[in-house]
Amino acid sequence: MKAFGTFHAVDDISFSVRRGEIFGFLGANGAGKTTAMHMLTGLNQPTSGTGRVCGYDIRTEYEQIKRHIGYMSQKFSLYEDLTVSENIRLFAGIYGMKDDEITAKTGKLLRQLKFEDHANDLVGSLPLGWKQKLAFSVSIFHEPGVVFLDEPTGGVDPATRRQFWELIYDAASRGITVFVTTHYMDEAEYCDRISIMVDGKIRALGTPDDLKRQFQQPDMDHVFTYLARQATKSSD
Amino acid sequence: MKPFISFVIKETRHILRDKRTMLILFGMPVVLMLLFGFAITNDVKNVRTVVVTSQRDHQTQAAIDRLAASEYFTITATIPTPKEAERLIRSQKADLAVVFAQDFASKHSGVQFIVDGADPNMAQQWTTYAQQVILNPQNSMVNLKLLYNPRMKSAYNFVPAIMGMLLLLICAMMTSVSIVREKEQGTMEVLLVSPVQPLMIIVAKAVPYLLQALLILLIILAMSATVLDVPLQGSLGWILLVSFIYILLALSLGLFISNVAQTQFVALLVSAMMLLLPTVMLSGMLFPVESMPRILQWISAIIPPRYYIQSMRKLMIMGVGIGEVWQEVTVLSGMTIALLVAALKNFNKRLTV
Amino acid sequence: MTLRYLIQKEFLQIRRNSFMPKVIFIFPIMVMCVMPWVMNQEVKNIRVDVVDTDRTPQSQQLVHQIERSNYFIFNGQKSTYQEALKDIESSEADIILEIRDGQYLIAANAVNGTKGSIGSSYLSQIVNSGNLSPLTSHLSPLFLYNKGQSYKVFMIPALMGILMMMLCGFLPALNIVGEKEKGTIEQINVTPVSKWSFILAKLIPYWLIGLLVLTVCLVLSWLVYGITCQGPLWLVYLLAVLLALFFSSFGLIISNYSATMQQAMLVMWFFVVCLMLLSGLFTPTRSMPDWAYLTTYVNPMHYFIDAIRTVFVRGGDFAAIAHQLLALSLISLFMGSWAVVSYKKNN
Repeated sequence: MKAFGTFHAVDDISFSVRRGEIFGFLGANGAGKTTAMHMLTGLNQPTSGTGRVCGYDIRTEYEQIKRHIGYMSQKFSLYEDLTVSENIRLFAGIYGMKDDEITAKTGKLLRQLKFEDHANDLVGSLPLGWKQKLAFSVSIFHEPGVVFLDEPTGGVDPATRRQFWELIYDAASRGITVFVTTHYMDEAEYCDRISIMVDGKIRALGTPDDLKRQFQQPDMDHVFTYLARQATKSSD
Repeated sequence: MKPFISFVIKETRHILRDKRTMLILFGMPVVLMLLFGFAITNDVKNVRTVVVTSQRDHQTQAAIDRLAASEYFTITATIPTPKEAERLIRSQKADLAVVFAQDFASKHSGVQFIVDGADPNMAQQWTTYAQQVILNPQNSMVNLKLLYNPRMKSAYNFVPAIMGMLLLLICAMMTSVSIVREKEQGTMEVLLVSPVQPLMIIVAKAVPYLLQALLILLIILAMSATVLDVPLQGSLGWILLVSFIYILLALSLGLFISNVAQTQFVALLVSAMMLLLPTVMLSGMLFPVESMPRILQWISAIIPPRYYIQSMRKLMIMGVGIGEVWQEVTVLSGMTIALLVAALKNFNKRLTV
Repeated sequence: MTLRYLIQKEFLQIRRNSFMPKVIFIFPIMVMCVMPWVMNQEVKNIRVDVVDTDRTPQSQQLVHQIERSNYFIFNGQKSTYQEALKDIESSEADIILEIRDGQYLIAANAVNGTKGSIGSSYLSQIVNSGNLSPLTSHLSPLFLYNKGQSYKVFMIPALMGILMMMLCGFLPALNIVGEKEKGTIEQINVTPVSKWSFILAKLIPYWLIGLLVLTVCLVLSWLVYGITCQGPLWLVYLLAVLLALFFSSFGLIISNYSATMQQAMLVMWFFVVCLMLLSGLFTPTRSMPDWAYLTTYVNPMHYFIDAIRTVFVRGGDFAAIAHQLLALSLISLFMGSWAVVSYKKNN
């Protein structure tokens, strides 16, 4: 089944994510979130254990996985010296979309983002919030099964963050599984389910409401602080 | 003073941590010295020579033996016709053909050289050497004396040139890139808002490179005296003093570049193409300035390494006193002051904007 | 097919960069117009001090001959050898000719060995011919190729090699390390772009630019210097392609193993200098000591310089450079495979 994955790592973390679900992946800095994400996206290889993303083995079939996922990294990763439409064209082309398909879809996307006037602006000249929204839209432009977002809203103002999350909901409603790491606990509340990693292990897994009940805390902020305090590895 | 020192220590740590760069910075002078000292020579040696003669009389044979016995020529073949010789030279099997005329024995004359003229200098030297070997002129009235470098080792010429190039490379390129990198990564802003004077930050960045350059200078001097047998003729004190001025000059240049360039990439290209290339080409390092057209000679007049290399050749190799190099030293000091003023002015302007 | 989009992207980025177009077009033109004048080891304008204690008509005539010669500049008569030596020390003169009791002493500043020895051999030729040694007049060297004895002819093909090296070696290497530093390479690595597409997309633009620049160089050398290729032109292009393949693979390998631009640049520069110095570009390889000569067997630049001079200057054909072509291809293929293997999309 597409957009369904299980993941075991050396630290014995395992979970599965349903199609169209928004799965939050929380943890203090250095807890191993980015490493886990790199393994799932095929950037790193696990030393032991297995995992499947979109039905493909992350150890052997990582090139196939790459065909079916989108990725937006912590660092802003569109080409700053290309224009908005050139970036879209490049990444769409990489995923094998046809020229006329790209043109049609680009127009639609730009209208949706209200970017029509900026199609030929250099990405480097856009404000950060716009860049992030654009980067997300580009990462799901080819309709992947899963999209991985590594701290997508770092440094963005609250209003833009809301708009960003609207884009995420929109993607999820179209059946794209969203796998997101974040530091913002209000964002954690938006997720369907979340997992909290401490020292490379998953200490909590469930819907935000389940977790609040389980640890008897008023909100996610407190849940997170409660769990993070038990960490032995220092976080920076 | 304390923050200044802690900045210097921070910079030094940055440099020391990058092992690969360190290895290259110190390995490069050593390898370049060895290459230039031993491998890069214009000596006439192992010239592949073919002899063209149709008969083997006593006189011709004696001339051939003299050629074979000399260390300059290696006789690879003896062939009957000049046409054959041209074919061999064209296919790069030979460099020089010595054609003896039919009546060489009787007249003791009539030798023709066919030579691969692709490299004009070497072609000229090969024929001159061959001439001397064949004619065996004991009756020449000319005494030759090669001053300062009697064995004609190219190292004598190149050691000062390597110093000029490396010191510039290390000081100008490395400092400019490391300043621009901090700009690019945004850490420069953090440093600038700290209570330390901006100027101090820049000076602190330059200090480790200054020390590094001095260390490399000493390595080069030590190698040239011990390994390459290029003796230090002049006084060490003056050599170090002039080098120190030059290092300051290079650091100011680096600072200047870092003000102009916004990205590492540009800083690298500017230092490689605007500094390195002119240094190698126009400073008289490899190619003598006086053979260039007038206009290039003028351009080379504004290239600092030219004066440094020239003064080092005089001080180190010819062993003359400081009195003979005052012109070069004046020019170098003048350039240093001018560049430093320009760079600092530019620097302050950028901070206030 | 994705290759097309990637190559398009590279060209867009090159065009948009404020610096690159200048580097790519103005730099080669500058190099071709200026460097042949500079890379000139012709020994001329040697300044001569004469110390003539004899003052005979014969010695007067000799001085006239020196004044007339293209190679020498007569710097002046000095009364003593010491005084002339002072001139050499302050670099106002290069050679002293002392005439005393019918004997000639030539003392040359040999700090630059080539200049010293060629200068003194020219001067002794003048002195000897003035004294009419009958034998020398019968010695006539015949210079094959490069009849005009021009250093430009010798250096222009080498310059083309240097340009190919800069464009196809340094630029792609810096480009890749730049993407590494910016983090965009990570974005490409999670896409299905294959290793080959990525590497080819990085290299093809620079190869095309390299070949274009080579064409510009050939045209310039004809327009500015009237120097044309003596051999078949397609061999020049073939050699250039092989050299480009080598240097771009080399740049890739270095960028794969370096984290920062500064590092990549230094490592690259270091190897390039060694390859160039040991290639016979400036000094003949056969003058090198044995250990240094051995390295020329694996030095692609050596094969390139040898072959392109054979084609360009000596008018050699395919057969004349078959050996160099084979060696160059083998080395380039080896480096190419290494470059592809060492590029890792994931670890």
